Amino acid sequence: MNQVTFPVRIPVGHWAEIAITWLTDNFESAFDGVSKAVNLLLVNIDHFFNWVPWPIMIAVISGIGWLLAGKRTAIFTAISLFLLGSFNLWPEGMSTLALVTTSVFISVVLGLPLGILAAKNNKFDLFLRPILDGMQTIPSFVYLIPAIMLFGIGNVPGVMATVVFSLPPMVRLTNLGIRQVDAEVVEAGMAFGSTPWQLLMKIQLPLALPAIMTGVNQTVMMALSMVVVAAMIGAGGLGYKILYSIQRVNLAVGVEAGLGILFIAMVLDRILQGITKHQEKAIFKEQ
Amino acid sequence: MKEDGTLFPSSSRLAEINSMENQDTKPKIECKGLWKIFGPNPTKIVNDWDDYKDLSKTELVKKTSCVVGVRNINLSVRTGEIFVIMGLSGSGKSTLLRCINLLHKPTAGSVVIDGEDITKLSTASLRNLRRQKIGMVFQHFALLPHRRVIDNVAYGLEVRGIDKNKRYEKAREMLELVGLQGWERQFPHELSGGMQQRVGLARALATNPEILLMDEAFSALDPLIRRQMQDEFIRLLKVVNKTIVFVTHDLHEALRIATKIAIMRAGVVEQIGTPAEIVLNPKTTYVAEFVKDLPKAKFVTAGDIMEPAEKWTMPVNSTVDQIINKMDIEGLWYAYVVDEHQRIKGVIDYRNLSNGNGKLREDMIEGSYPSKSQQTFLEELIKMAAKTSIPIAITDDSNRLVGVVTRERLLSTLSS
Repeated sequence: MNQVTFPVRIPVGHWAEIAITWLTDNFESAFDGVSKAVNLLLVNIDHFFNWVPWPIMIAVISGIGWLLAGKRTAIFTAISLFLLGSFNLWPEGMSTLALVTTSVFISVVLGLPLGILAAKNNKFDLFLRPILDGMQTIPSFVYLIPAIMLFGIGNVPGVMATVVFSLPPMVRLTNLGIRQVDAEVVEAGMAFGSTPWQLLMKIQLPLALPAIMTGVNQTVMMALSMVVVAAMIGAGGLGYKILYSIQRVNLAVGVEAGLGILFIAMVLDRILQGITKHQEKAIFKEQ
Repeated sequence: MKEDGTLFPSSSRLAEINSMENQDTKPKIECKGLWKIFGPNPTKIVNDWDDYKDLSKTELVKKTSCVVGVRNINLSVRTGEIFVIMGLSGSGKSTLLRCINLLHKPTAGSVVIDGEDITKLSTASLRNLRRQKIGMVFQHFALLPHRRVIDNVAYGLEVRGIDKNKRYEKAREMLELVGLQGWERQFPHELSGGMQQRVGLARALATNPEILLMDEAFSALDPLIRRQMQDEFIRLLKVVNKTIVFVTHDLHEALRIATKIAIMRAGVVEQIGTPAEIVLNPKTTYVAEFVKDLPKAKFVTAGDIMEPAEKWTMPVNSTVDQIINKMDIEGLWYAYVVDEHQRIKGVIDYRNLSNGNGKLREDMIEGSYPSKSQQTFLEELIKMAAKTSIPIAITDDSNRLVGVVTRERLLSTLSS
């Protein structure tokens, strides 16, 4: 086979390496700080979830489901979580829940303001769009490498890689939600002399809430889909169990851990969808 | 909230409006050379308009990606006026309205409110202007669906930072004014369309603005409710004295509530005038086409078409000869006898006058004659003219003769 020759070789990969190395060399303390903060958050949530006795945990989550999404979701939640425990996967499940909670929390904290900015500023929106596309479409394995280089091995780079993957829907849906608010209602807000902040807090965000909650839901699902990948760089929980089952070709563990992730995903999805529907009902009852 | 079914305002209402009309008041709102072009580089279109003026709308969009919203608008609205901007969709009427509170920033020209050019205001002063001086009512109500009725009404006060008790008190007062007491705790979607627009109106009135901008405020309501709302709006305006700019595509609505109408087409004002001026003297073929099928009898008043009184007036102390002489010259069959204050004594029939040099005798004067006020619609006059051949005397409050409407005049007005 002939060697194909191109007139130039553009070493983008090399440049990226240089950039990341430069970042690690010069901003080590900054990344260390971020790493420590994220770790603190994650460890505390993880400890808390694992500290709460399982019957209470099931009762509390089912109770939340009842309040936000009704009786059927509550029963579904209780059964799913009980099954998770019965697979002998309770601690792993709670760790995964902690990982997801942390990632989603960071995604929302970053994604909400970015989405608001994108909604208010078309240029920023145009600038952000290809970046978000990249974050969602570049295979997640690719940015595991810089995640390791910047944050080392363990749970933190796992969380960071998960955030990169699950942030886009949060930004996009916040942006969309705000842009979708009825133009006449926004005009009314301005006509009565709202400041931009009042307009955002009293009109745009409350009316964009169903879309924003859909964003949170998407973010949760994306985060769950990343737990196995995150396990490859040292994150624990159900993802690690699955990784372990692949390495040992252990079908039994794989099936159980897979079902465990499915249960957590379904429980979170039903509860979050319940919130969204609740709000839509409250806001747009006439439709 | 009763439906009285009348289509047109009472003459007393019109009398009030007409008397307001005659007061010489300073302009409240003025638009001077106002342009609004949507698209990139809009000022170029304004400056080089001569190069673009022959292009059609689509050609202009193709060539420059710009759309003309409004073009070189000059108008002034006086205090207390109900100024209606009428036009079909796409005529730029809503754009013009939004230029008045700068929801649309004009491309060129100025908007002057109480003598101040508001296009030059800082963001903060503009905000204060919107908070205190201008209220707005929207076509699709634009209520905040996540807030209760009372919080919707109080919104304008809330953004001004007025404390909860005070703004609720004011909001309750406004809800009572629009007939919605007891609905404070409901959400907008629990109300009917008509009620939602009452909330919109209450919200606009809550900040006690001097100017009210109404964007197709009643267009989204079904016809019965719309008429009812128009009636109530007119009633409301007697309680709250506001300057109104009202946008509509419905000519009947315009004629019904307006003291002045501006008819718009393709971003320019075709004609500005009182309802009667528009109906009787359309200045362009477009306006003429618009008012062609209107039942004039329902919009034109006696005052609009009456002939001056002098021709028909005979002083009470004239001699019979003098009267016969004048009636011969003017070609009259009937004339009105008035005293020194122009008050009507009665009507005389040419055929009852016998020659002679004597004074006018009492028995020659007929005490019963048809008379109406200036604000009477032609509809009423027609009924009256059908019963008598005597020209109808148009009188003021103290029975002074101010004009005369003959059958011929009536018929020629209606047939033109």
